[in-house]
Amino acid sequence: MKYGVIVFPGSNCDHDCFWVTGNVIKQDVKFIWHKEKNVNDVDCIILPGGFSYGDYLRTGAIARFSPVMESVIKHAEKGKLVLGICNGFQILTECGLLPGTLMRNRDLRFICKDVYLSVENNSTRFTNCAQEGQILSIPIAHGEGNYYANAQELTKLKENNQIIFRYCDREGKINSYSNPNGSLENIAGIVNKNGNVLGMMPHPERCCENMMSSMDGIVIFDSIINSLN
Amino acid sequence: MKKHEDTITPEVIKKHGITEEEYEKILGFLNRVPTLTELGIFSVMWSEHCSYKHSRAVLKLFPTEGPGILVKAGEENAGVIDIGEGWAISFKVESHNHPSAIEPFQGAATGIGGIIRDIFTMGARPIALMDPLRFGDVNSPKVQSLLKGVVSGIAHYGNCIGIPTVGGETYFDDAYEGNPLVNVFCLGILRHEKLARGAATGVGNSVVYVGAATGRDGIHGATFASEELDDNSIEDRSAVQVGDPFLEKLLLEACLELLHGHSVVGIQDMGAAGLTCSTCETASRGGSGIEIDISKVPMRETGMNAYETMLSESQERMLMIVENDQMEKVNSIFEKWDLHAVEIGKVNNSGIMTVKNGSQVVAEIPVKALTDEAPAYHSSPCKPVYIEKAQNLSDCEIPEQYDLGDIILRLLGNPNIACKRWVWEQYDHMVMTNTVVLPGSDAAVIRLKETNKLIAMSSDGNGRYCYLDPYEGGKIAVAESARNIVCSGAKPLAVTDCMNFGNPTKNDVAWQFRKCVEGMSEACECFSTPVTGGNVSFYNENPWGAIDPTPIVGMVGLIEKEEHVRKQWFPDGKGKIILVGPLGDEIGGSLYLKEIHGLKRGLPPRMNLKTEKGVQDFVLKIIKKGDVLSAHDVSDGGLAIALAESCINIHQDTITGIDAKIPVCLSGREDFALFGETQSRIILSAVSEKADDVIEQAAKGGVQARIIGDYGVDSFCLKVGSKSIKIELPEIKQAYLNTLEELLKRNE
Repeated sequence: MKYGVIVFPGSNCDHDCFWVTGNVIKQDVKFIWHKEKNVNDVDCIILPGGFSYGDYLRTGAIARFSPVMESVIKHAEKGKLVLGICNGFQILTECGLLPGTLMRNRDLRFICKDVYLSVENNSTRFTNCAQEGQILSIPIAHGEGNYYANAQELTKLKENNQIIFRYCDREGKINSYSNPNGSLENIAGIVNKNGNVLGMMPHPERCCENMMSSMDGIVIFDSIINSLN
Repeated sequence: MKKHEDTITPEVIKKHGITEEEYEKILGFLNRVPTLTELGIFSVMWSEHCSYKHSRAVLKLFPTEGPGILVKAGEENAGVIDIGEGWAISFKVESHNHPSAIEPFQGAATGIGGIIRDIFTMGARPIALMDPLRFGDVNSPKVQSLLKGVVSGIAHYGNCIGIPTVGGETYFDDAYEGNPLVNVFCLGILRHEKLARGAATGVGNSVVYVGAATGRDGIHGATFASEELDDNSIEDRSAVQVGDPFLEKLLLEACLELLHGHSVVGIQDMGAAGLTCSTCETASRGGSGIEIDISKVPMRETGMNAYETMLSESQERMLMIVENDQMEKVNSIFEKWDLHAVEIGKVNNSGIMTVKNGSQVVAEIPVKALTDEAPAYHSSPCKPVYIEKAQNLSDCEIPEQYDLGDIILRLLGNPNIACKRWVWEQYDHMVMTNTVVLPGSDAAVIRLKETNKLIAMSSDGNGRYCYLDPYEGGKIAVAESARNIVCSGAKPLAVTDCMNFGNPTKNDVAWQFRKCVEGMSEACECFSTPVTGGNVSFYNENPWGAIDPTPIVGMVGLIEKEEHVRKQWFPDGKGKIILVGPLGDEIGGSLYLKEIHGLKRGLPPRMNLKTEKGVQDFVLKIIKKGDVLSAHDVSDGGLAIALAESCINIHQDTITGIDAKIPVCLSGREDFALFGETQSRIILSAVSEKADDVIEQAAKGGVQARIIGDYGVDSFCLKVGSKSIKIELPEIKQAYLNTLEELLKRNE
């Protein structure tokens, strides 16, 4: 399979995503410059973390107007895979591929640390290699990861099993203590209704190797490969 | 029209921080009265910040030679050392103390921006940051607001640009009240052949301006950093620059892309003293001359005159010397990154820096007058009177404490020891996915994806020791840094230092400075870790006094392979605790005396470099052999605190207990044995079967080592002399992990 990692001005996890998909799980991968318009040859597009356009105006608010985004939306509409991590998730909500929005963290501070995630739905194309209810240790690193959706959107998310990850503690308890940023109902990651677009605040690309604090991120990349085979 | 000679009055000269003798020197170089622009140029280039006029002579004591040195201290923006297989690293520490005191957020942020530029101008990709910080009493609301501002400023810049902040230190002491220290360290990696230089060579080559447009921000920042702060300093706020990490990210990528081609002859960042410093320094290094036309400089404000343009310290700007026929290539790369490159002048061989505004010459100064021939002063160091009184402390002045367990908890919760995760969780310390040892251990470790090797880095500097004995304090700063590096499994390679002191024209400050440098130099020789560069920050002083002399040592080490990496935390399971190094009860200058008894007195611990080297060599050897599982150096708070810190694995969120016995020494005092800061000591852990063998190996090598107890039990038990201490693990955890956060939250 082939990954494409979009590079916006200000992306800074682009190389990390490239490294993991190319060197760790050893798939084809290429960078896609934000001014490019053709993304046809890739199976899964990654919108990496970072500060696209310096977070000017609002996180993700300018990146959504980048030339490449039109093709990303078309790619998603065809049912092909899009993975938005951190700033990528913020861009996906800004461009309307995913519902809701990401506000400033509850404590108004940037937070970088390992957190636990409970896999709420393991039948998606991004989580099919995870056990039901599996607890993953994956780091977060963001200042604006406080997920919010209105009542209607939230109901729909639940009805369609679109909530994929929730923040929890080591034992899997989901409550305000295990909520690092104030996200609504501890939501850490969601998919679109069709299940081919995932947005998540935690960084799976940061925990795929032995030397890192966890290897749980691999589950997501493995699931993606699995879903294509 | 007023003649320019009339504007250069004695008041104007004085306002530029130029002495009468220095002004005479200027007249000598020019053979005429300088224009106001020229006076401004001299003023910034001859400021302490740019010319090192009060430190140059003493800094020569530092050893700067070594087998792997590719770029020596003082040659370029940062030193470069070889790490094998064609790879090299470049690193440096800088200060941004004065701007951060006035405007903590932007002051700290632009400090990060500046040090990153220093590294990528060497052709290196910056891959790690550290931030050694010093503040006044953490209970003061003013200090808390400074701390919050500085930390969020570093986070803002470092996180956005995508370089992990992997280490540093945060200390609080009244001595830094009003004069916080914000030092910033950056390390980058490069191929030998990609090494870039900051020299303007090749007559006819283009002088190219890239990056942000020039505004009025930061005018006279360098001069400002060379003065004492007083109540009026808050009015100097316009001298603090405003940073834009996004723009710097673009600049970094564009410059590295360009440097990987072969069109750039020289590159220099516009940091302190902006356009002035970058033009005359590149010309000076190239032994050439430069002519620029400031009417071509991109401006963000209207009506800026030559004086303002030359002295502006607007951030995120670079100066490049580009081969004559390569402008097209330069333009195409910068356009890709939505940046503009503008040719503003040419290199010539005149030895003169000529600044024109259109057709009018506004400054014409021999380059060497601004650089090599800038004034240098030999100070008259004189031992301050306070030293002897402060060093003199008899044991009976220190009340014997009976609840030693309570003291351990109080020290663990002291902001100088307590876990600093409130600080480093605000920094993205994982981006780039190289951080193998996360913040909180003795040294940070990053892997290099390009090779199998890893780099360890640590920053250290104990102002308390240096206040009481700058010579020993200087030695200890280097030795402790090397010890931290060794504990992580690395061989110490080289040092960068940031020397933070008071007003150097005062004889006692000059003495502190000289003694620190002497001590550091001796230690650097001992560990074969040459100084590859750094920075001097003087005038950290306000009407209430100077800061404690605070040399910050940033040391880097090389780890041959992943298996050698060690952390400070006892592993899971059970095993033996080994103390390598001497027993001891040197209590003078300890954190215990200061925080528990309110005494910043006594003779700080002695540093025997031979013992230290023996301990470090032995520990590195057995780490590499795989015989020990963790290693932690004994420093602030002594053995008791080092043991407690080894129990709390902050990243795994686990805690283990110990059962250990510490002998009492000559003083007969249990508290001295627990909290004394005798040097050259490292705590190791090993599985029971290996422990005796480790002791045997140590004995063979003539290194002191003893098994002092077990780890992997249910509570924290220490026997010292006739006393027994037992603390439950949740209490240890609560004190160490939560105190700082709770303290800071209380005022939110």
